[in-house]
Amino acid sequence: MNLVVLSSSIVGSKTRIAMDYALKALKEHYPDVATTLIDLADYQLPFSDGRNYLEYEGDTQWVTKTIMDADALIIGTPIFQASIPATLKNIFDLLPVNAFRDKVIGMVITAGSPKHYLVAEQQLKPILAYMKAQIVQTYVFIEEKDFYQKQIINDDILFRINRLIEDMVLVTKTYTTLRQEKEKEYGF
Amino acid sequence: MSDSQFKPNHKLEFGIYTLGDHLPDPVTGKRISAEQRIHEIIEYAKLADQAGIDFFSVGESHQDYFATQAHAVVLGAIAQATKHIKIGSSSTIISTSDPVRVYENFATIDLISGGRAELIAGRASRIGLFNLLGYNLRDYEDLFEEKFDLLLKINAAQVIDWQGKFRPPLKHAEILPRPKNGSMLIWRAVGGTAASAIKAGYAGVPMFMAHLGGSASTFKQTIDAYRHAAEASGHDPATLPVTTAGFFFAADTGREALRELYPRINEGMKHTNGQGFPKQLFAQGTDPHSIINIGSPQQIIEKILYQHELFGNQRYIAQIDFGGMPSDKVKKNIQVIGEKILPAIRKYTQTNKKV
Repeated sequence: MNLVVLSSSIVGSKTRIAMDYALKALKEHYPDVATTLIDLADYQLPFSDGRNYLEYEGDTQWVTKTIMDADALIIGTPIFQASIPATLKNIFDLLPVNAFRDKVIGMVITAGSPKHYLVAEQQLKPILAYMKAQIVQTYVFIEEKDFYQKQIINDDILFRINRLIEDMVLVTKTYTTLRQEKEKEYGF
Repeated sequence: MSDSQFKPNHKLEFGIYTLGDHLPDPVTGKRISAEQRIHEIIEYAKLADQAGIDFFSVGESHQDYFATQAHAVVLGAIAQATKHIKIGSSSTIISTSDPVRVYENFATIDLISGGRAELIAGRASRIGLFNLLGYNLRDYEDLFEEKFDLLLKINAAQVIDWQGKFRPPLKHAEILPRPKNGSMLIWRAVGGTAASAIKAGYAGVPMFMAHLGGSASTFKQTIDAYRHAAEASGHDPATLPVTTAGFFFAADTGREALRELYPRINEGMKHTNGQGFPKQLFAQGTDPHSIINIGSPQQIIEKILYQHELFGNQRYIAQIDFGGMPSDKVKKNIQVIGEKILPAIRKYTQTNKKV
């Protein structure tokens, strides 16, 4: 299983801290799962101009190909202005319409205010569904108060990230295995 | 215009098209040389001609895994190698080419072939030519509309005056040579969405519609939208031919056809588009109402006739060589088309009344 962890903001540190914890937990509990971290802060990506993703070069090609090759994807994202950041939307725009077909996607949201809780539900999930993702419905929502000195200090958040990872591996394995069984039944 | 050859009650024409892809066969992992691939395409055209198939076309794609970038040159060879079959492009990227040069090439192909050439103009689904020739992707729509319009003008009159944004003006310019019959059939390539088809309708231009998968009835909406748009801008839809184009494979059984075709489509699309074809969607391909024409010859005949009744299309063209399909299997399909499928289709569509 090939799992990509996407830290979707180019500013701030909370999303990356949460993604680092998710990666650590993955390596600890699921050493067989191959993981790749993409922190958008590390790359220079142009805005999508509508071309096929294979036709981008450099960072953009690497980022889009890495996501396209993944079986599962954890999207970590802050909430800006009551929505997802433009950097994350750009990733969706760079990819093909059905980019998430047969991929399992989980979400970890960091936000400065509890008022943003439904943003993932109402704005992020519809995009993932449109792009044909198998969505792990329950996401982890982390607030400012859960961080202190670049650490997550709320044990409940850590428990929830652990459960999200467990769910993702379970759903990916289940979905992949059953899909392969079904495809065998087609007999071609 | 020579498109008057297509009448509403005309029999359904059957054609074959290739994108000129140059892909490894996923079953063997081997890829033939570009030289061999081009010769095979010319050979398929000859066999199609001998089998009595109505039309053969070659596309251009300027990216990895393609071999017919110079598709007009390949069509020149086909014009010389064949006798009766109509030949065309599927499609010619007019956006990044000079319509004058394109017309000169195709008028020449028409003369070599004795008046058998047609031109299908498209916009490119990839940006290869934009990069190679230094065009701005932002002009994607404008380039196509302006150049396609110029192409139609060149076809309509030998001497033209024209001015536009992307090419120096033409002042009393005489575009030569002229096709054998003075003009040739020019189609607009449409990707299957109604939005694109409507533009072909407004312009009153024959439509070439590609379809990958899904239910035939979905594409009926696209064709209806095309005809409504044509009517709304004062054209008579009955005079505007429609070609539909998609995957085709005949075998003894539907299962066998799926087994032969699926890995080639799936792996080929991964190489050329970056995404495979979902097996679940492909499995629905043998359904009588699916747009993909795969199955036994009898199943395919029924599907093509069903689609013809639904669409009132004047021509269906089959893509049979995609994804490294071995040459012997392509040739076998051409033979099956000629011996079993064509006679049945001709028999049942002679007196079609629907448009």
